[in-house]
Amino acid sequence: MDILLGIRTQNEVLLITSRSLARGISVLKSDDVKVLECNKHTALAFSGEPGDTTNFVEFIRANVRLYGFQNKQELTTHAVASYARKELATSLRSRKPYQVNILVAGHNGTPELHWIDYLGTNVTLPYAAHGYASYYVLSTLDRWWTETLTLEEGLELARKCIDELEKRMPIDFKGCNIHVVDQNGVRLHE
Amino acid sequence: MSNRYDSRTTIFSPEGRLYQVEYAMEAISHAGTALGILAKDGIVLAAEKKVSSKLLEQETSAEKMYVLSKNIICVVAGIDSDASTLVETARKMALQHFATYDEEIPVEVLVKRICNVMQGYTQFGGLRPYGVSFIFAGWDSSQGFQLYQSNPSGNYTGWLATSVGANTTSAQTLLKQEYKPDSTLEEACDQAMLIMSKTMDSSALTSTKLEFATIKASSDGAEYNVYKPKDIEPLIEKVKSTTQ
Repeated sequence: MDILLGIRTQNEVLLITSRSLARGISVLKSDDVKVLECNKHTALAFSGEPGDTTNFVEFIRANVRLYGFQNKQELTTHAVASYARKELATSLRSRKPYQVNILVAGHNGTPELHWIDYLGTNVTLPYAAHGYASYYVLSTLDRWWTETLTLEEGLELARKCIDELEKRMPIDFKGCNIHVVDQNGVRLHE
Repeated sequence: MSNRYDSRTTIFSPEGRLYQVEYAMEAISHAGTALGILAKDGIVLAAEKKVSSKLLEQETSAEKMYVLSKNIICVVAGIDSDASTLVETARKMALQHFATYDEEIPVEVLVKRICNVMQGYTQFGGLRPYGVSFIFAGWDSSQGFQLYQSNPSGNYTGWLATSVGANTTSAQTLLKQEYKPDSTLEEACDQAMLIMSKTMDSSALTSTKLEFATIKASSDGAEYNVYKPKDIEPLIEKVKSTTQ
């Protein structure tokens, strides 16, 4: 039920994630952050089985950092996405697979966005969404996304998507965090 | 010759030396000369083939040049059989990296991993160290063209131009004289051939006694070229004409 949305603009990638953390019929938290800084220029947004999610993204982050320390050079966003996909694909054939869907956003000279699901599908996309939210926002994104969006226009498009979700989705997701990944790294947008 | 401290690889002598490792390096200094030169648009590797007989099949030539991955090649000095198992390990490492990250392995990462394997045999007992020195030439997107040399102790160093094997001292001297920082790959090839002609023991330079390989810039990064004997001939002719 979590919202996971990514929009690639001309110079950055926006990650829009819902703030609510719900379990069963209760909302446990309304300031949840579903984005993790993997290395300086790469962020992971995640949803899925609670527990599996944090476990998996922290595992990926730890190995990405280890690679950076051992080899004196950081993995690119493309490499992080490929590595995360590989781990999910391996896990899928194990006794208890990780039930985690992620978006990998990064900036290595150019912004890039990868959509990866628990089955180990990895696609590079201009905009992407996971879960139920995708049914509501993809049409909006299809209509308004262009290759040359500025940050302001991107944020406006994000606003359109959130408005649509608030209007149509039958649950209260307690608003959204917007993270911006650009050449300066990962930051939470106010 | 031998004494109490050289029977096992992992025991220091009272002077703090590891004799087996030093003997391994000694073995390498008898191998055919190999050298590498870093140019601004590529790298050239050259090597002398020691064994040559009229009866030896020349077409299945390369015995010292190995392709490790799309972006890395190497030349070997030392025990060939030791080298071939290490080359197999290196190829597996490179492909493992490619399979996991969907990117070619950075040159130094591969060199470091191979050297870690070699270092292991200088510390964990019962086995002899690898009697091999490599010169690695490669390209990656973050560091560009790189030239490294490794030795049996597991150390590696980065170079602009380097050599190993027999006559390495004279080759090094010539490299210092001939090396130009801004030379193109073509010029570096000529330099390499010239130095090989001066350092090799045999009087006449022939393609049966030489191995040659280059790695150079291409549209999608780097491309390697391991020369066939007939491709080496023109280079030899060129050196002959300039030295006369």
